Amino acid sequence: MKKRNIRLFAAFATATALAAPAALADLVVPNFSYRTGPYAANGAPYADGFNDYFTLLNERDGGVGGQKIAVPECETSYNTEKGVECYESLKGQNPVVIAPVSTGIAYQLIPKVSADKIPMYTPGFGRTSAQDGRVFEWVFNAPTNYWDGASIAIKYLLDEHGGDLNGKNIALLYHNSAFGKEPIRTLQELSKKHGFKLTEIPVDPGSSQEQKSQWLQIRREKPDHVILYGWGVMNPAAIQEAANTRYPLDQMIGIWWSGTEVDVMAAGAGANGYKAMAFHGSGRDYPLYDDLKTHVFDKGLASQGGPHIGTVLYSRGMHSAMVTAEAIRKAQELAGTDAVTAAQVRDGFEALDISDERLAELGLSGFSPAIKTSCEDHGGSGMALVQQWDASAKTWNPITDFYEPDNDVVDALIRADSEAFAKENNITLRCD
Amino acid sequence: MLYREAGDFKTSYRDDSQTFPLKLDRLGYYAALAVAFLVVPFVITDYWANSVLVPFLIYAIAALGLNILTGYAGQVSLGSGGFMAVGAYAAYKLATAFPEISILIHVLLAGGITAMVGVLFGLPSLRIKGFYLAVATLAAQFFLVWLFNKVPWFYNHSASGQITVPERSFLGWIITGPQTSASAKYLVCLCFAVLLAWVARNLTRGTMGRTWMAIRDMDIAAEIIGVNPLTAKMTAFAVSSFFIGVAGALLFTVYLGAAEASETFGINKSFLVLFMVIIGGLGSIFGSFAGAAFLVLLPVFLKNVLVGSLGWPTDLAAHLELMIVGALIVFFLIVEPHGLAQLWRVTKEKLRLWPFPH
Repeated sequence: MKKRNIRLFAAFATATALAAPAALADLVVPNFSYRTGPYAANGAPYADGFNDYFTLLNERDGGVGGQKIAVPECETSYNTEKGVECYESLKGQNPVVIAPVSTGIAYQLIPKVSADKIPMYTPGFGRTSAQDGRVFEWVFNAPTNYWDGASIAIKYLLDEHGGDLNGKNIALLYHNSAFGKEPIRTLQELSKKHGFKLTEIPVDPGSSQEQKSQWLQIRREKPDHVILYGWGVMNPAAIQEAANTRYPLDQMIGIWWSGTEVDVMAAGAGANGYKAMAFHGSGRDYPLYDDLKTHVFDKGLASQGGPHIGTVLYSRGMHSAMVTAEAIRKAQELAGTDAVTAAQVRDGFEALDISDERLAELGLSGFSPAIKTSCEDHGGSGMALVQQWDASAKTWNPITDFYEPDNDVVDALIRADSEAFAKENNITLRCD
Repeated sequence: MLYREAGDFKTSYRDDSQTFPLKLDRLGYYAALAVAFLVVPFVITDYWANSVLVPFLIYAIAALGLNILTGYAGQVSLGSGGFMAVGAYAAYKLATAFPEISILIHVLLAGGITAMVGVLFGLPSLRIKGFYLAVATLAAQFFLVWLFNKVPWFYNHSASGQITVPERSFLGWIITGPQTSASAKYLVCLCFAVLLAWVARNLTRGTMGRTWMAIRDMDIAAEIIGVNPLTAKMTAFAVSSFFIGVAGALLFTVYLGAAEASETFGINKSFLVLFMVIIGGLGSIFGSFAGAAFLVLLPVFLKNVLVGSLGWPTDLAAHLELMIVGALIVFFLIVEPHGLAQLWRVTKEKLRLWPFPH
């Protein structure tokens, strides 16, 4: 019967290995990372920044309010099914916030987190209309979102053309997924308002390195500007094609997900002058990096050995972690206890007030605009700036101040979309 | 010893041709069904449902469908992902257009719509064969995904192009949407899987299955003995697409709750289902389940062992997982080209003699 024993043991081992890992005692803030697949070049720096900020808090302050933060990592490969699997396996550890760095996964998880009562934080991505806190109780996307981004791009172009875009042709080159399709409706509204012609050019995610036909179309139609909503390998491919087809790169403007070092490096000098938006600073010139150096980097605790420190996406991961930590701090203050639950952290997210002074205290003076949320407004100010790539110095240089989005257009669209969602799902509006 | 045949006498043809002629097999099958229906729903957790059992059952249905087409009728198809998308989008359009009708009926209707689309794309199979047919079905894959991305009517003009399932219930139990309990999800998928596996088993051993196999083994010979290749191939495409459509509809309504054509139903999905069929065993009902189990469970198992138990970095684990799954596929194809089903058959053969082999 030895064989049977072995088989029983194997069955038992399989069953235990398939079961979710046990819960931890600390506050759990999972990191939905993707360090493999076509989006790895973007996912890895973001995940590193996210990890390092929490490592710093744990090493320097013993966590937030004396509670250590555990950051279990789960690899999603930017794939929604794997993201769902990650969510289900991490749910057993009672996470206090879910931050999936993928719009597709965010869409998938919005109904689930609302049912499971766990707040979700999607800074600069996810479902734009989640900004409407009356409908989306559990979702936060401060400080900005895709529609704000689209309207800021148009605002910047208006400034460039002396306030008149009439008769101009603007092309939107987008990742044909939930992420890339988000700005279309806003841009259509804005094209009506400002009288420019909008040309929508999709790039399929499965073959996003193949952009010959798209750029042939751009060469033929000669749009005055190209707005790029790309992610992963699509970005370097687009910028390389732009350089190859001699499209002037200073007439191209990318969303913040299309404005990182890895996107422009491949095209070398050809990428010079390419512009992109950003809702936070980058580089290592913030006092926080002194602390990071002493408590994290010098101790050899940097995530993955720290190859991406100071890059745009590393800074974005850090920004997301910073806002999350502030929300936890706020939650502890409101709840009067340090061991906060997911529901209490939600309250913290809703009462966020990260002022410029607070940012200076954190050692991140001028890193991002102030963030303030309320019951109705889960989206913050929506501000972003435009930066330009200098290929010889290999740096992103801000060329504008932080812009306000075109709130007249965006807010109306957000309300229409979130109210339609509320009606579809029988949600009664909150905050009255 | 374990597999006793002694004393297991058959006195009628009916007894002799049943699915599980061995008593032990039959008992095992009933026991498995009893556990699946009577025990698992009471102990299942969200994690087990969403990460393990529900995807396994849904992919098993898809693998059954492709096995009918590729394993039984010999028509290679790379369009499974596209046909799953048809099922998902049909279920979505039906569920939002006719909310008063039960979603379970919509899932079956979505299968029917997929069957029609499948027949349409199966028509070229009358003229082209083998690799060329694979390319034609590949065209179906790309065309269908493109269509669901391009025409806003299919996703009810939503801003992101995503489809999201509305909440629906059956006999007071919520079966779609975020409020669905783990056991409800599991039971819906289990009922469909058991029912469809039963249908598949009985179709494949009847006239229809025999004409499919005749076409697979040699189409000219089959035609000479009176098999109509038109009906044989079209029914194979229809039945197969029905199964795959139901799997796609369940994947969207019960499992994911939201979907996007190019991401959820891309070419990778077609390959995944094809690998399930090849690893499980072409032309075998059990093989469809075994292949689905292998490719759904193995990545989860590896991830939990490497990251959960050994504490390795997630990216290393993800890369190793790709390598291990790939290596195992190659290993299986070399050691047992007829798949897990054949492996199981050989094991049974051995167990029959164990512990007293000749």
